[in-house]
Amino acid sequence: MSIKGKAYIVGAYEHPLRDAPDKSTPQLHAECAKGALEDAGLSKDDIDGYFCAGDAPGFGAMSMIDYMGLRNVRHMDSTETGGSSYLLHVGHAAQAIAEGKCKVALVTLAGRPRQNKGGWGGGAGKPGQLTDGPPEAGYENIYGGSTHNTYGMCAMRHMHEYGTTSEQLAWIKVAASHHAQYNPNAFLKDVVTVEQVVNSRMISDPLHLLDCCVVTDGGGALIITTPEIARSLNRPKVKVMGAGESPKGPMGGRNLDLTHSGAVWSGPIAFGEAGVTPADIKYASIYDSFTITVLMQLEDLGFCKKGEGGKFVADGNLISGVGKLPFNTDGGGLCNNHPTNRGGITKVIEAVRQLRGEAHPKVQVPNCDIALAHGTGGSLGTRHGAATLIMEREA
Amino acid sequence: MSDVQDRPANMTRNIPAPAVTIESKPFWDAATEGRFLIKRCTACGEAHWYPRALCPFCFSDETVWEESPGEGVIYSYSVMQRSPSGPYAIGYVTLKEGPAVLTNFVDVAPDGLSIGQKVKVKFQPTENGPPVPVFAPA
Repeated sequence: MSIKGKAYIVGAYEHPLRDAPDKSTPQLHAECAKGALEDAGLSKDDIDGYFCAGDAPGFGAMSMIDYMGLRNVRHMDSTETGGSSYLLHVGHAAQAIAEGKCKVALVTLAGRPRQNKGGWGGGAGKPGQLTDGPPEAGYENIYGGSTHNTYGMCAMRHMHEYGTTSEQLAWIKVAASHHAQYNPNAFLKDVVTVEQVVNSRMISDPLHLLDCCVVTDGGGALIITTPEIARSLNRPKVKVMGAGESPKGPMGGRNLDLTHSGAVWSGPIAFGEAGVTPADIKYASIYDSFTITVLMQLEDLGFCKKGEGGKFVADGNLISGVGKLPFNTDGGGLCNNHPTNRGGITKVIEAVRQLRGEAHPKVQVPNCDIALAHGTGGSLGTRHGAATLIMEREA
Repeated sequence: MSDVQDRPANMTRNIPAPAVTIESKPFWDAATEGRFLIKRCTACGEAHWYPRALCPFCFSDETVWEESPGEGVIYSYSVMQRSPSGPYAIGYVTLKEGPAVLTNFVDVAPDGLSIGQKVKVKFQPTENGPPVPVFAPA
């Protein structure tokens, strides 16, 4: 397998300005994108892959995808290697295209160092001075948004649309705590009850203290290799079967929808590639920054119908050995670990343990041959990146 | 808890000065005059928020500023209770023009908000910056 001959460069555009006092950096990115699209004879909605580096303001690729309204993106890459980033992006885009991960990739670079003589980037700046930060910053960062209250808005809307209750959300924490009691490294090892969760103090309504994940130091690492090397090693083999990714954001604010996450797009891509369905999943690692995060993702991944997540998670359905879908058997972010406020890697690690049969015996899923790990980064309430991974144990 | 005592009943919160860019400057200049602007694309006719130079729907660069009465309904909200300055509400308003706007809700008690509630924009002063739009019950 090689990228040779698998991808073509069909659009190219160089911005004519050399001094751009009247345009923001996001605007320059968008104008370059528009120019390249016109050069290719394609339209914005044809783009399903987006590549940018550190010059793109905001949170990874999320701010620029949202700014430009790239609503069909299913492959994202913000690899930063300085000035060489964009050459590397072409190589990465060719890989993605060769593997069917996207069909039309956009790479952008833009900036205005002549306007930012005080330094790089641009935060709040001095009073009266113009800045050049993320495009949404001025309109959003002033309102005291945090993960707690932006996820709180999602939970509030979910309750409004579907009648989801705090008690149902609490079952997610209860299940995580049942698993964490067997994890000697877990930050919180005590089993909690629904009553304890709903009676814990309100942080940002309707989310209570025990609806929130832990804050921990720490980290994790993964090694991925070829089938040949994997077979040469003396370890159980965990095969990557499918992967899907998607951004989601307000994208202009029309038809805002806080009750769905990017999993509605990343999930079907991963399931399709793996050739399995939610019914085949024996174990699921589901990102659990908050209880509502789990509930929405389970619905969006198709483990239950939209709006029925509350019923699905209730009565211990996520507890290993008790329910139909064992989840986060390490205790998850809600009880075990959320290193540096980024829980994605621990989701993969516990799925690998399950597939190897190396989870704690009290939570090990019998014959765990297919597992899913899913993550949400950023905020469900503003803009986020979703990623779904499906893995299989190879006999 | 001592930090829940003596909190303001109307959830007024000190708001920092917004980061103003060359692209957003017309919005903040109008805000200084008490006018709430949104952007509309003259190519596809759609209004959007937050305002952009290029339309996030059709990618035309023919977007224009439009004054809005700032009327709408609450799409969702959350009242942050763990705040040293007292509880405050963040949420989205769906404007009559269509787009949803992230904001704070003011002039209302922490238990006085509901989804679907009618609200209207007002401007709150900031220290060393232009006033910022917040929404209060209409």
